[in-house]
Amino acid sequence: MKTRYFLALALLVAVSSALVVLAAPPAGNGSITGKVTYTGTPPKMKPIDMSKEPTCAKQHATPVMTENLVTGPGNALQDVVVYISAGAPETSASSQTLRYDQKGCQYLPHVLAMEANQPLEIYNDDQTSHNIHPLAKVNPEWNKSQPPGTPPIQAKYEKPERIPVKCNIHPWMHGYFVVLNTSHYSVTGNDGGFSLKDLPAGKYTVTAWQEQSEPQTQDVTLGAGESKSISFTFKVLPY
Amino acid sequence: MRMKYAAVSFFSGVAFVVVLAAGSPCSAQIDHNITPVTTTAASKIGSMTGHAYGVIDSGAQVYRRYCVGCHGPAGDGNGENAQWIDPKPRDFTAATFKCRSTPTGTLPTDEDLYDSITRGFVNSNMPSWRPLTPELRANLVAMVKSFSPRWQAEKPGTPIQITAETPVTIESVLHGRELFQKMECWKCHGPAGKGDGPSASTLTDSQNNPIKPFNFAAGDRFKCGVTNSDLYRDFMTGLDGTPMPSFADVIKPEEAWDLVHFLRTLQPMDTKERELWKTYAAAHKAYIKPIGPDTGAQ
Repeated sequence: MKTRYFLALALLVAVSSALVVLAAPPAGNGSITGKVTYTGTPPKMKPIDMSKEPTCAKQHATPVMTENLVTGPGNALQDVVVYISAGAPETSASSQTLRYDQKGCQYLPHVLAMEANQPLEIYNDDQTSHNIHPLAKVNPEWNKSQPPGTPPIQAKYEKPERIPVKCNIHPWMHGYFVVLNTSHYSVTGNDGGFSLKDLPAGKYTVTAWQEQSEPQTQDVTLGAGESKSISFTFKVLPY
Repeated sequence: MRMKYAAVSFFSGVAFVVVLAAGSPCSAQIDHNITPVTTTAASKIGSMTGHAYGVIDSGAQVYRRYCVGCHGPAGDGNGENAQWIDPKPRDFTAATFKCRSTPTGTLPTDEDLYDSITRGFVNSNMPSWRPLTPELRANLVAMVKSFSPRWQAEKPGTPIQITAETPVTIESVLHGRELFQKMECWKCHGPAGKGDGPSASTLTDSQNNPIKPFNFAAGDRFKCGVTNSDLYRDFMTGLDGTPMPSFADVIKPEEAWDLVHFLRTLQPMDTKERELWKTYAAAHKAYIKPIGPDTGAQ
């Protein structure tokens, strides 16, 4: 009896997943890649004084620098979120759980991009309490204490929003959650590079966001299987 | 008109009071246009269904008369008096409230808002509105809720459970003291609860305005109610929009009461908790480890 039930269930699952595959929009193989750079003089990042939190200070051989505007070799701009803001095929939110760490009194990564409704786990890897306080305005704002050794905090944001994250106990701790309604996004690394893959033919708007600059957009039209290269340049000021 | 008040005060056991202000020619005075809320005069708002009985139309009039100066016509806290006020008037469009019975990040219940209006906020410009009738205060709740679309899209959170208070013993106070150290309450509230911890001077609220941690030693009333249960609720729900986080996931209910008992010893009032602690401290002076940064072997 039981096995038959399971067989039926398995069949049902197989059929329904086949249907889902059929119903899903065609995952294209086009891509938009490129690099984010800056012109002008970037502000000098300042060393952070963590002496009030010795357990964190001793984790860093050299002082950690502020991260409002992080640059890389060749005028590359780091921590820029590049994403498709219009024209992207609709997808259901990824169920892959993202990890966000509080380590050495820093947020890792400094900028975390995620899809709306994507599960998020926030860890405290330090020997000190943190209070994690994402200053959401569109989504509900919450503020939770997380002493050392406590389980990760589960979170999820329903609406697209750029949310500054801070720890009130350690005021230098500062980061961003960037909640998007697309799975096509990329956060630039030290080389400023980004790549948006699996795009079907279509007309897209690509947005690049850096935390202390005005966001920029570009329209890109992709043919089937086409790959295009674009670049973003942010004008930066030394203050 | 007189009849209306008489009716409200007499209906102590009836759920629905419907008084028609039909044919009333007087509309100059605000009292004359009140549609009574559908609650008994004695019952508090929301205690029957958990939802507001308030009437926005009436609330709007009362709001314009008493609230608009600080909270502004748009409810965003930018009234004409706001520039002179610190802490700033609440921005109702954000629907973020300090005093709630509900978990952090959720909307408060109508009763929470009603209680806040009734209580006022100590050390701020928000007075107690107890002089307004319960009906008017209920209508103000409805008005406050009209400023943010969140109230249409979301339900208030489920109030956190407050367990029965444990006995006040020296063990409870001492364990609460350990928690005050371990949960790092002292980093903002200071080792002696004077609001002078190492992070205190850097604190800002979610609008980026400077904000002070509560100073227990000043003997002020607590912002969200004066009882032990109110104190318990404060750190379990957190005060949203401020640096005060929720400890609901990290403090167990029985521990929470220990922390409440310890916090009472920080106040200058003669409480049982303070008496117990004073006696203990006098007898164990040499053994008590001070609260604050771990100064042990590095």
